Amino acid sequence: MKNKLEAKNVSVFYDDFQALNNINMSFEENAVTALIGPSGCGKSTYLRLFNRMNDYIESFRLEGEILIDKKNIYNKNIIVEDLRKNIGMVFQKPNPFPKSIFENVAYGLRIQGIKNKAILRIKVRKALQQAALWDEVKNDLDKSALTLSGGQQQRLCIARTLAVEPSIVLMDEPTSALDPIATAKVEKLIYELKKEYTIIIVTHNMQQAKRISDYTAFFYMGDLIEYNKTEHIFTNPTHDRTQNYITGRFG
Amino acid sequence: MNNSKVNRIKDKAFNYFGIFCTLIGLVILAFFIGNIFYDGITRIDWDFLTALPSRKAEKAGILTAWVGSIWIVVFTFLIVVPLGIAAGIYLEEYGKKSKLSELLEVNISNLAGVPSVIYGLLGLEIFVRVLGMGNSILAGSFTLALLVLPIVIVSSREALKAVPKSIRLASFALGSSKWQTIWHQVLPASFGGILTGVILAISRAVGETAPLIVIGALAYVPFTPSSPMDEFTVLPIQIFNWISRPQHEFTVNAAAAIIVLLIITFTMNGIAVYFRNKWQKKINW
Repeated sequence: MKNKLEAKNVSVFYDDFQALNNINMSFEENAVTALIGPSGCGKSTYLRLFNRMNDYIESFRLEGEILIDKKNIYNKNIIVEDLRKNIGMVFQKPNPFPKSIFENVAYGLRIQGIKNKAILRIKVRKALQQAALWDEVKNDLDKSALTLSGGQQQRLCIARTLAVEPSIVLMDEPTSALDPIATAKVEKLIYELKKEYTIIIVTHNMQQAKRISDYTAFFYMGDLIEYNKTEHIFTNPTHDRTQNYITGRFG
Repeated sequence: MNNSKVNRIKDKAFNYFGIFCTLIGLVILAFFIGNIFYDGITRIDWDFLTALPSRKAEKAGILTAWVGSIWIVVFTFLIVVPLGIAAGIYLEEYGKKSKLSELLEVNISNLAGVPSVIYGLLGLEIFVRVLGMGNSILAGSFTLALLVLPIVIVSSREALKAVPKSIRLASFALGSSKWQTIWHQVLPASFGGILTGVILAISRAVGETAPLIVIGALAYVPFTPSSPMDEFTVLPIQIFNWISRPQHEFTVNAAAAIIVLLIITFTMNGIAVYFRNKWQKKINW
């Protein structure tokens, strides 16, 4: 097992409010790690640490280190734009750009300066295939992405993320706005993607965490309560709180 | 009568009062437009549009006036669009929360409330005299650009603000810089709103008279301008000039010129509405 990411003594503050308390955790490469816990437990804050999305929150302050491939991504000499090319993110609500399907996927490549149309076409196609969307949209690449259904939009957002060839993909409740059929498609996709990507997913859906993740971390009030192999967490949790949460007694 | 019945009646009463208030404005406008058309519509013909000004009312035309107006509109547009949009981008995307931008914001709102004749004085001093442009089209355009700049800035900011945060975050998450995000995502998505503001600003500029009179635009220009450094007149000044004459024939000319000016501004507003609707349909968050 190879560690791809690591959080070392990580605490996060919003002004005086402490959102995360001294988290230590490492993530295995090419595995799916699920972050679960009740709303407000800090799991989304934690996820957004890895691509520095919290930087846009003015009151945000971090203590400790986030290491990706052994490098602290909060070092001063890190260029955030470069970091994010390696660490993609899929959001809770599908948020395609108001552009064509093709341009949505090509955008990440274009901003890196890739102009060659043949290369763009190949990469867009590959990303759409990886996201299991190609067959549905291959004849409509010039249509607006906003004409797609919610589930298709979310897979488009995944394709857009994959197109820039990151090694890590962060997902913040990617199926919470989708119906069960679209959810199943996205889950199947995540399962496929872990062969090539390290995936961290925040989810409110216990069954989903159980179905797709290799590891599960349970957060409560900013503390990492329990972190272990998913089957262990769901069959034999060490802490009562975890037990209560996964069986639906609170949260 | 019970309470809810009374409330019902009050509700109805206010409804009718509201209709009455709305109608006052509309009726007066309709009366005004009707009156103008009655006076002037028969005077509009090809000769009226293509004739030079003249001392004789029946020979006088508005060629120099509407050509001057077009020159002014084009140059005002060229000046106000880059300035206004760039200022809007700065205030909305970059300068947020700094002391400087707070100061700028307050003053932009102040500027929007300054009477246009004051802008004329400003233009006279800065553009006509200090920068030596004379009473030219360029000086007039700069003056009007200053006048309508707040409209463009405010509407650009509103349009930029309307772009959802999720679009920006998605763009950032793909590794784009702030400028790339603004240029490739935020600006195209807010284009409709910005354009609407620009067209409204320009149609305001078309109708302005006072500042141009102050900077020395002429009422009688016997030639059409051929460069931005030429002297000029515009439709509103021509109208003003004709109305102030005692002969009835010139009043008819003024009415006809007002119709032309109204058609120009209504058309521009119509275009603005059309683009706004088209863009709203295309981008439905």
